[in-house]
Amino acid sequence: MSVSLETAANPENLRRVAIDPVSRVEGHGKVTILLDDKNRIHQVRLHIVEFRGFEKFIQGRPYWEVPVMVQRLCGICPVSHHLAASKALDAIVGAKHLTPTADKMRRLMHYGQILQSHALHFFHLCSPDLLFGFDSDISKRNIVGVAEKYPETAKRGILLRKFGQEVIRHTAGKRIHGTGSVPGGVNKSLSIAERDELLRDIYQMVSWSREAVHMVKELHHKNPELYNSFGAFRANYMSMVGYDGSLDLYHGRLRGRDENGNMMFDGVDYNDYTDLIGEEVKNWSYMKFPYLKSLGKEKGWYRVGPLSRVQNCDFISTPLAEIERREFMAYSGVMPMHAPLGYHWARMIEMLHAAEMIKDLLHDDDITGSELMTTGERGFEGVGVIEAPRGTLIHHYRVDENDLVTMCNLIVSTTHNNQAMNEAVRRVAQQYLHGHEITEGLLNHIEVAIRAFDPCLSCATHALGKMPLEVEVVGVDGIQLSTLSRSGDGTFCAQ
Amino acid sequence: MTAPVLIFAIGNESRGDDALGPLLLRDIDNHLKNKDNYQDFELLEDFQLQIEHAMDMKDRQRVLFIDAGMDTPAPFSFYRAKATGEPVLYSHALAPQALLDVYAQVYGESPPDAYILCIKGESFELGESPTPTALNHQALALDFVKQLIDATCWDALATPS
Repeated sequence: MSVSLETAANPENLRRVAIDPVSRVEGHGKVTILLDDKNRIHQVRLHIVEFRGFEKFIQGRPYWEVPVMVQRLCGICPVSHHLAASKALDAIVGAKHLTPTADKMRRLMHYGQILQSHALHFFHLCSPDLLFGFDSDISKRNIVGVAEKYPETAKRGILLRKFGQEVIRHTAGKRIHGTGSVPGGVNKSLSIAERDELLRDIYQMVSWSREAVHMVKELHHKNPELYNSFGAFRANYMSMVGYDGSLDLYHGRLRGRDENGNMMFDGVDYNDYTDLIGEEVKNWSYMKFPYLKSLGKEKGWYRVGPLSRVQNCDFISTPLAEIERREFMAYSGVMPMHAPLGYHWARMIEMLHAAEMIKDLLHDDDITGSELMTTGERGFEGVGVIEAPRGTLIHHYRVDENDLVTMCNLIVSTTHNNQAMNEAVRRVAQQYLHGHEITEGLLNHIEVAIRAFDPCLSCATHALGKMPLEVEVVGVDGIQLSTLSRSGDGTFCAQ
Repeated sequence: MTAPVLIFAIGNESRGDDALGPLLLRDIDNHLKNKDNYQDFELLEDFQLQIEHAMDMKDRQRVLFIDAGMDTPAPFSFYRAKATGEPVLYSHALAPQALLDVYAQVYGESPPDAYILCIKGESFELGESPTPTALNHQALALDFVKQLIDATCWDALATPS
């Protein structure tokens, strides 16, 4: 697998273009591109602010606070951190097997999270690019533009997300800072009224989710040349799958395949993840580069998230999503789909699966049960893994005899995908920017590739007026030749 | 019944001065508990604004967004939020003005009167406590919100745009 374009041979003789920050992703990302005087690409790097601060933030805290505290790591997927931490800390309280009610309540919460996150990502962050074109009029290339031209699509996106948030509210106890999942189980089950409220809308959500799959499938069929090749690169892939090989986003074992779809490992207990995965540090990025130890740093990088999960499992347990998975696999053919835009199709299949799972769980009597907690022999170390919306999420803690956290290690989905996202932007740069005058539309191609992974680049913080996009073009002599800037209120300015 | 006034605080309590909005909301809640018109207000908070929050604005007469900002004048600014109809650029979060645009598109009607109270913050790092200066700003903002709660016309208190 290529790591070309990671480091230019003679960077001092090249001019630098920076996309800083990447828009429509969570947190702060930056792409730097080095060009020569004929606009030929020599180096492309995606830089992302790392999550290391979070781990230190957790150390010294009582372990029972952790599932609530970690929700503040991210404003988009707090529930993923809440559940991964709870799973890891189950081992501290000796809860080897949760009660059926606790297990199903956590799963319900998780599928609510998957539904709302995937809906937000597809309808509101990516559909503007897909429906209008990557270099279409920037003034329309946003959700308001979608709402204007495709009002029903935009409305469904909002209502799907709202429904997912309501599932979270009823399972976690409140809209944010939920306390529903605790080490050893949950602290509430669903009331009959809450269950019935969600049941009223779930069939509509299943239907809309199915239509969303059809919508993205149609985009692929209409323009296979673009969708099959845009930023495409071959990669290993990894995800958790259920014990029976099914798509299971909450619990299971780790499985990995190579770029040809051949199984590299299967049935790996995630408690042993440190035997499987190493993390490389590179001097130009704050974020680590995970790799499979068996393949080494250069060849061991891999991809996670919906595109990996849907192709890694043997089947999906819910019928409508399984039909769609089979069609997706048939479209891909013998070889796995490697094109980043395939993430959207896989993501919508997962959204449909989440909606179906929510429906099934709402019809399960255990969801209103009263046995919420399990305990056992006290432990001092725990690992929790879930498949978060963007990919595999690992939480690992050690706790001392005073119940204080002494070690915390998090590997979030975006970190797993670090090398893969770099590969994608390099391919796009080669395909579209190489030899061309840089324009906003061309730079958006880079961002489209990044957004396909739905990276959550950290930080639930924000402040008004803090989301600019700035591009600098600097000549070989280091003098700034031009700038493109975009302020938080959408003003675009070229100088 | 939907309360006619929504006060929506935005912020993350684990990120220094980003906590100003949620902290102020708690103070407002305590203040309102002693008021006869308590039921006229609903208080909500979240880390950041998102598209579905347009639905929280439905059937309101007024919405007040409370946020912390780096570039706002000290101790705070208060102004009317207006749907711009202009390009909306965002990450996973929306600005209040963009939310008004989303509301108009989804419901096909004008959004309720909306205002932004932006409190000047200094540092937004993870794990930090709010800075003393920002907490001072928050205390002054609370006095101002008490005025708003008793006022019939908020435009008179807003900075003209």
